[in-house]
Amino acid sequence: MKVLEALRIAMRALAANKLRSVLTMLGIIIGVGAVIALMSIGRGVEKYVTDQFAGLGSNLLFIAPGQITEGPPSLRANPVRSLTLGDMLAIADRSRVPHVAAVAADFQTRVQVSRAGKTVTVQANATTPEYPLVRNWNTTIGSYFSTLDSDERQRVVVLGSETYQQLFPNNEYPIDQTVQINGMNFRVIGVMESKGGGPGGNLDRSVFLPLTTGQDRLFKQKTPNGEYRVTVIYASIDDSANIPAAQEAITELMRERRGIKYLDQDDFTIISQNDLISVFGDILGALTIFLGAIAAISLLVGGIGIMNIMLVSVTERTREIGLRKAVGAKRGDVLIQFLIEAMTLAAIGGMIGVALGWGLAQIVSTFFGEFQAVVGADAVVTSLVVATAVGLFFGIFPAFRASRLNPIDALRYE
Amino acid sequence: MMPKNGRTNGQIPVIALRDITKVYQMGDVEVHALRGIDLEVYPGEMIAIMGPSGSGKSTLMNIIGCLDVPTSGTYELDGKDVSRLKDDQLAAIRNHKIGFVFQNFNLLPRTTAVANVELPLIYAGMGGRQRRKRAEDALRLVGLGDRLDHKPNELSGGQQQRVAIARALVNEPSMILADEPTGNLDTKTSIEIMELFQRLNQERGITIVFVTHNPETAEYCNRVVRIRDGLIESDETRQATAGIHAAKTHAVSSNGHEAVMVKERER
Ligand SMILES: Nc1ncnc2c1ncn2[C@@H]1O[C@H](COP(=O)(O)OP(=O)(O)O)[C@@H](O)[C@H]1O
Ligand SMILES: [Mg+2]
Repeated sequence: MKVLEALRIAMRALAANKLRSVLTMLGIIIGVGAVIALMSIGRGVEKYVTDQFAGLGSNLLFIAPGQITEGPPSLRANPVRSLTLGDMLAIADRSRVPHVAAVAADFQTRVQVSRAGKTVTVQANATTPEYPLVRNWNTTIGSYFSTLDSDERQRVVVLGSETYQQLFPNNEYPIDQTVQINGMNFRVIGVMESKGGGPGGNLDRSVFLPLTTGQDRLFKQKTPNGEYRVTVIYASIDDSANIPAAQEAITELMRERRGIKYLDQDDFTIISQNDLISVFGDILGALTIFLGAIAAISLLVGGIGIMNIMLVSVTERTREIGLRKAVGAKRGDVLIQFLIEAMTLAAIGGMIGVALGWGLAQIVSTFFGEFQAVVGADAVVTSLVVATAVGLFFGIFPAFRASRLNPIDALRYE
Repeated sequence: MMPKNGRTNGQIPVIALRDITKVYQMGDVEVHALRGIDLEVYPGEMIAIMGPSGSGKSTLMNIIGCLDVPTSGTYELDGKDVSRLKDDQLAAIRNHKIGFVFQNFNLLPRTTAVANVELPLIYAGMGGRQRRKRAEDALRLVGLGDRLDHKPNELSGGQQQRVAIARALVNEPSMILADEPTGNLDTKTSIEIMELFQRLNQERGITIVFVTHNPETAEYCNRVVRIRDGLIESDETRQATAGIHAAKTHAVSSNGHEAVMVKERER
């Protein structure tokens, strides 16, 4: 008997019992739906995060105080020893750190910025003038502050794109306008390009001012011995091939500057973009395993459901099987008929599941503006194949049973 | 036992049973359903098998129909020994050579008459279009040309049995076997079904063996075999005394692969 014929018989049998067929598929539908939805969302997150990192600036190293493994600063036993502008200047010394192309330092704190009665609370980035260069990031209006502005501790500010929109809702030309940061007047000299959210917060919702101005006039958060305290130092490296060497040189230099003894742990952290991406990769990997486990369990449950219903179906249709055998169906014909029925059930369930998962992923996408779930063709194909294979596997036993029925007994079955 | 019919013209019997026994094992008890049956059926015969309940009629029919195999003895169908075949070989024989009609019709529910009749052709590997045409022809032959797409629950008992007969016919089998085909039908419908069998037998030369309890039904046959306790008690050939062609003395086989045969009937 042709497979096509078996498929037609299977479809008719499933259509004859629509509600039961759908209920039977439910396990597969939910399993495949969950996997497609979560995988699509996972892919979307991965793409989003990778895009964000790509926007950070190429070949970038981040140097931050403390060990990441110690957890967030608030949970640490010992206060973290800060980084300083001196550290940045030392790293900028090419005789100590070869391959370093540019460095910048950034002190981050929260501030209130107001203009014309509007007040927003945003992150202030008090940076060195090389910041836009290192971060590969430009202004759309005006320009970033210069070395001169920095040296003179000028009260100038560059606005993040969203902060600009909030403070200048009618798109007024912002240059030379005055805003108050924590009550102090600052002159606007530029607006940054929109960058979107990323690790370390949404930089579009922030303001940028000289580190010198910030530490001497606004925050007064210098170290006890009068050095400019910074939150993070960025070092861009001339070539990605040199990143490990540069990382090593900076580690050496920092240990020396901070007087860390041989065998003692670093009290600072150097992270490359690749480290961050691979951390996210690990998280996503763990997520994928987790999803795989969910998928396996739900498909197993779905498969058992199919086996159960197929057994019921074989029993219910004993007479039909007997009749088919009486008019010439061979064991193989009956076997194939029921196998195809189980596989059809699972495959249709899989398709409904894919549609459901795709729909869920789209709904999630609409809730998060920039984030877009990615429904991969490979995920769809894989889950359909796996679902069908589950149907095949769990259909074997009922189909085998059906194929072995004796036609006389089957015809006599009440 | 009655003497065998005088068939001296060297024809190969459709059915040749020799010393067939069937023993069912029910736990520790052995049920001897058939105790040594010898029977030959020639092309174009219409035979009624009669006997009390439990005498082994159905068991015999199942063996003749290749639904079951004998415990001992040999069964030659169209000259070929089929008594020791495997499941799938028996299925192929049922498909090609045997049309079975059951007491309770055994139609697939929720399935149209034509689809029911197509069933044997599916397993014969015939393509969809040809299958449909053959099934329609068979339904027309049994007088259901206007009920092709009716489902069993839209048909009367007699019509359902006609569909079953069409299904038995559709593969142009060597014989049609019917186990109490009128057992579930009223007298009037029974007569219609018996006349249909008789017409198929006499006009198309199809060999028909059926089981019946009803002596009036047996009137349509020219041979009656009585069974008791798994043995043939009598085997009587005579002129059919009921039905449309009761007076005819000649049957002409026009059944494709069978040779044309003219046979003297004796009283
Ligand atoms: N599958 C079976 N298992 C055990 N005994 C059976 C089976 N089928 C039939 N028999 C027994 O064999 C005998 C003949 O049965 P059957 O051929 O059905 O008789 P009939 O059709 O003449 O009424 C009965 O005694 C019956 O109980
Ligand atoms: Mg019986």
